[in-house]
Amino acid sequence: MNPASGLPRTVDEALLRLQERPDTVALAGCTDWMVRDRLARADAPPVIDLLAIEELHGIEEIATPPSEAKRPAGADADPTTPPPLLRIGATTTFGEIRVDRRVVEGYPILAEVASQIGSRQIQNRATLGGNLVNASPAGDSLPVLLALAAEVEIASPDGRRRIPYDAFHLGYRETALGPGELLTAVLLPPPPPHQAFRKVGTRAAVAISKVMVAMAAHSRQGRWSSMRIAAGSVAPVPMRLRAAEKVCEGAPIDVETATEAAEAAWGEVEPIDDVRSTARYRRWALSRVVRRLLLEM
Amino acid sequence: MKHPPGILGSSPLRRDGLEKVTGAARYLDDLPAEGTWVGATVRSRHPHARIVSLRFDRTKAPADAVFVHAGDIDGVNGLQILDDRWPILASKEVHYVGEAVALVAAPTAEDALRAAAAVEVEYEQRPAVLDWEEAARNEPLYELALDEGRCEAILEAAANGDDGLILVEGEYFTGAQEHLYLETQAMLAEWVDGRLAVTGSMQCPYYVKNALQHVFSLGEDAVQVVGRYMGGAFGGKEDYPSLLAAHAALLARAARRPVRIVYDRHEDIVATTKRHPSHTRIRSAVKKDGTLVAARVDFDLDGGAYLGLSPVVLSRGILHATGPYRVPNVRIRGRVLRTDTPPSGAFRGFGAPQSQFAWERHMDRIGRRLGIDPLTLRRRNVLHPGDRLPTGQLMDASCGAAAALEEAARRGDFLRRWKKAEEDRRRDEPLGRGNRPVATGVGLSLAFHGAGFTGLGEHRMRSPVTVRLTAEGRLEILCAATEMGQGAVTVLPMLAADAAGLRIDDVLIHEPDTDVVPDSGPTVASRTTMVVGATAARAAHELVQRIVQWKEEQMGEAALRVEDSRLLGPGGEIGDFRELAREYLAAGQPDAVTVHNEPPPWQRFDEDSYHGSAYPTYSYQAQVIEVEVDTDTLQVRPTRAVAAAEVGKVLHEVQCRGQVEGGLLQAVGWALWEEMKRKDGQLLNDRMTTYIVPTFLDAPEMEVHLIEEPWEGPPHGAKGVGELPMDGPASAVCAAIENAVGIALDSIPATPERLLDHHIEAAQGGRR
Ligand SMILES: Cc1cc2nc3c(=O)[nH]c(=O)nc-3n(C[C@H](O)[C@H](O)[C@H](O)COP(=O)(O)OP(=O)(O)OC[C@H]3O[C@@H](n4cnc5c(N)ncnc54)[C@H](O)[C@@H]3O)c2cc1C
Repeated sequence: MNPASGLPRTVDEALLRLQERPDTVALAGCTDWMVRDRLARADAPPVIDLLAIEELHGIEEIATPPSEAKRPAGADADPTTPPPLLRIGATTTFGEIRVDRRVVEGYPILAEVASQIGSRQIQNRATLGGNLVNASPAGDSLPVLLALAAEVEIASPDGRRRIPYDAFHLGYRETALGPGELLTAVLLPPPPPHQAFRKVGTRAAVAISKVMVAMAAHSRQGRWSSMRIAAGSVAPVPMRLRAAEKVCEGAPIDVETATEAAEAAWGEVEPIDDVRSTARYRRWALSRVVRRLLLEM
Repeated sequence: MKHPPGILGSSPLRRDGLEKVTGAARYLDDLPAEGTWVGATVRSRHPHARIVSLRFDRTKAPADAVFVHAGDIDGVNGLQILDDRWPILASKEVHYVGEAVALVAAPTAEDALRAAAAVEVEYEQRPAVLDWEEAARNEPLYELALDEGRCEAILEAAANGDDGLILVEGEYFTGAQEHLYLETQAMLAEWVDGRLAVTGSMQCPYYVKNALQHVFSLGEDAVQVVGRYMGGAFGGKEDYPSLLAAHAALLARAARRPVRIVYDRHEDIVATTKRHPSHTRIRSAVKKDGTLVAARVDFDLDGGAYLGLSPVVLSRGILHATGPYRVPNVRIRGRVLRTDTPPSGAFRGFGAPQSQFAWERHMDRIGRRLGIDPLTLRRRNVLHPGDRLPTGQLMDASCGAAAALEEAARRGDFLRRWKKAEEDRRRDEPLGRGNRPVATGVGLSLAFHGAGFTGLGEHRMRSPVTVRLTAEGRLEILCAATEMGQGAVTVLPMLAADAAGLRIDDVLIHEPDTDVVPDSGPTVASRTTMVVGATAARAAHELVQRIVQWKEEQMGEAALRVEDSRLLGPGGEIGDFRELAREYLAAGQPDAVTVHNEPPPWQRFDEDSYHGSAYPTYSYQAQVIEVEVDTDTLQVRPTRAVAAAEVGKVLHEVQCRGQVEGGLLQAVGWALWEEMKRKDGQLLNDRMTTYIVPTFLDAPEMEVHLIEEPWEGPPHGAKGVGELPMDGPASAVCAAIENAVGIALDSIPATPERLLDHHIEAAQGGRR
């Protein structure tokens, strides 16, 4: 390992290190980076370890700044105190997320996806931030965060900013994270009452996804509202299934809506053939899973 | 648990267990690196090409690196298996992606990789043979035929609807399978005073030795091969280690020091042998009640680029091609086709899983056609004692096919579950827009496996095993059998101890070192316990008898015997066996006995007509496998597997069950997930994230029932069990899927993608 490598204790220290040597790689659980076999190479870049930075780690409820205390239509909450956000530090592991009470109760689909990443061993090291920044089209937590309308917090030498997660993935393995920037946290708005997730992997564990679907919604008087449906492994980036969402919006919660949304989903994806699956299969499975989840959610 | 003298059936702890689980066992890669160089291989990137030029650019390589190419081989540039046309290093042409073209060695792994990168090969690409159709148009590498009765005339009658016969035809495919042993191929070679010493991970030390003698034109005394701890093999270390040993030896000679080659996982998956893909067409004539009358089976194997072991794989394939059933008229044609892919090789089951997959799926097709359930159809045709195989072999009393079938069907509650799933499926069409997210189904299959070498192989070899006394008065077995996880180092001493009247602790087994042990044959073909074990038992018995006789003469006393490692006389215990043995040695008596395997003298087999007894006996396994099919994603989860294995005699119950469970899971993996995906001859999934084998979460709950119908031969009537469990399960998985969702797949793996294609095609083209 390069001698410049070491253990920053704060985000600022880490940012400084990234500035000093722009080719520095910030590592968390290392489960993605290690696989690419780059650490052992003679020309391996310098690395810093993010795991000792306390601020990047852990799950906490934070108050919503009043200016942002807008709630999705249909959510009934006390109008006086804005509901808190759940802040998940970037280096929080899926093992921690999987068992966190607030996650399990409020965002069961996030707990579920956490328990389906790799294996228990991988979950003990793999971090949420690493999953997002690695930005694989098959990253399992990605569609879940899209469905949950998450935001991400980014630290750069100029300060912190928050952007909707919808705007994070720009293209194949390309994110809104600029050079010298760190992902510091994921923020989740108050939990939507209806949530569903399904990973279609190559086997029961230690599996890369062929298709994923995550969805979250509110409902009023037997009709869907604020429906968000996201899919993974069917495009270069995790994507919202806008046509399917549109079908659901305001539509009755029934078999017909589910079937129609499934057909809309079928039409709005252009998956590819690759070593794990076929375009035909991905489209078919996606559509059937969308229908199934809408029936079960 | 019973204790000695009832050694057999007592399931003693594995001899290699503790050191393996604690990590104390040193595999080849664990040996200290000091003084040893690392070898690396330059491989073809084309499926077929002419080598225009080959150059080692020393300026780009570490200064002391060595380079070896085909021109450096002064003996024979050919791997001696059945023929020697598989080159050690390609010289003019390459015939598969991954074929070895040149070798380098350097002090460290990094240097070796740099040296390999300094080898420049210029190719001129040639058209490659990569699919079945094209391969079938070319001359096959090998062909075999087995005829009995008047098959063609009966099939013709059936085609015309005569004689109340019905013609049922089908076509079946199985894919390549990667062994994925945990320990990748590994070999270390060293030359000392013109003598070559090789050690590594291998099933067959004498195959390696013979191959090395051939390549380097060396005499018997000039090569020593030692088999080490082996992290799995499954047949993948039957043929390939000979090639790797030749590579390591070439490099060691050039480098003038020991050279070790350990493949990384990608290299191992890309370059080594695989299970033969198969393509089978069956035409059969059956009576309305399901009785099989005639079958024509055309069984093709994809042998890859070179012949390798393919002829014997083909042979076993066709000899099992109609399963453990009565088929009075057969016409079986087997071919090994040639493609520009890595040579196919030995893999647990050795052709029998492929041909029996086809046959068992065909049985299900017949049942479907005639409206007979899978169990009834099999009952009507299953082999019983007194029946004959297509080779004419008469089945003796130890034919447990029906017993296995009935036990599995009963324990797995097959018929009731199968009928219920049939009704459920007809009622709610699970793949329509029904609301049932999961459909369950159950499948049944029956298969058999001939024990030991095919034909007269054992008669020709008459494998020797030596048992000798150690200085401390214990017995030591000297044989070439290797431990690959199957339990040989535990079960062979058990058999010897049992035969000699000793405690297990009093019997050791020597490591397979060709300088010390006789050539007791390769560790393959489910023959180790049955053939080598029985011979070791005889040798041990013989040696102890000699000692006892000597003692009797010494004492002037008759009727001495050894039991539980004690010397007993008419008046009771006289002494301890070890003491006796030391006394015997001190008297200068001969310390070793070598005996040869004695295959049944009645066994005859005509290798031209393929008639006679291809194997002295057979073991049988039936299984009921239950699956859940996700009706949205067509993912298949095997939930339960109930197997009944008729293995003659259970010697070590824990290990025997272990073989059945492990084989079942390997077969289920082959049936559902394992697929070698190639495009233009390139392997697309040369890694463990993309070559999908089952994890524990994918494994069904397993229930194994062992049945004993001992055959007349030793040891105690035990038959082989190592490969048997690989033969049948794949078909049962497909049958279960069919029962659950109505997709009758005749090719594996039954991936969701393939199930969907089949479903859509069936919906578009109507039912076949
Ligand atoms: C056996 C195995 C199974 C797996 N199974 C799954 C699976 O089922 N589903 C799945 O989605 N993934 C899976 N993965 C991939 C991997 O575990 C996840 O993507 C994981 O979340 C990555 O997190 P990490 O902390 O290990 O990332 P690292 O490897 O440490 O980093 C990955 C990338 O992100 C960057 N990075 C990490 N944190 C930050 C940060 N805070 N700010 C800026 N950049 C950052 C790093 O520079 C690097 O480029 C698997 C991996 C393995 C080895």
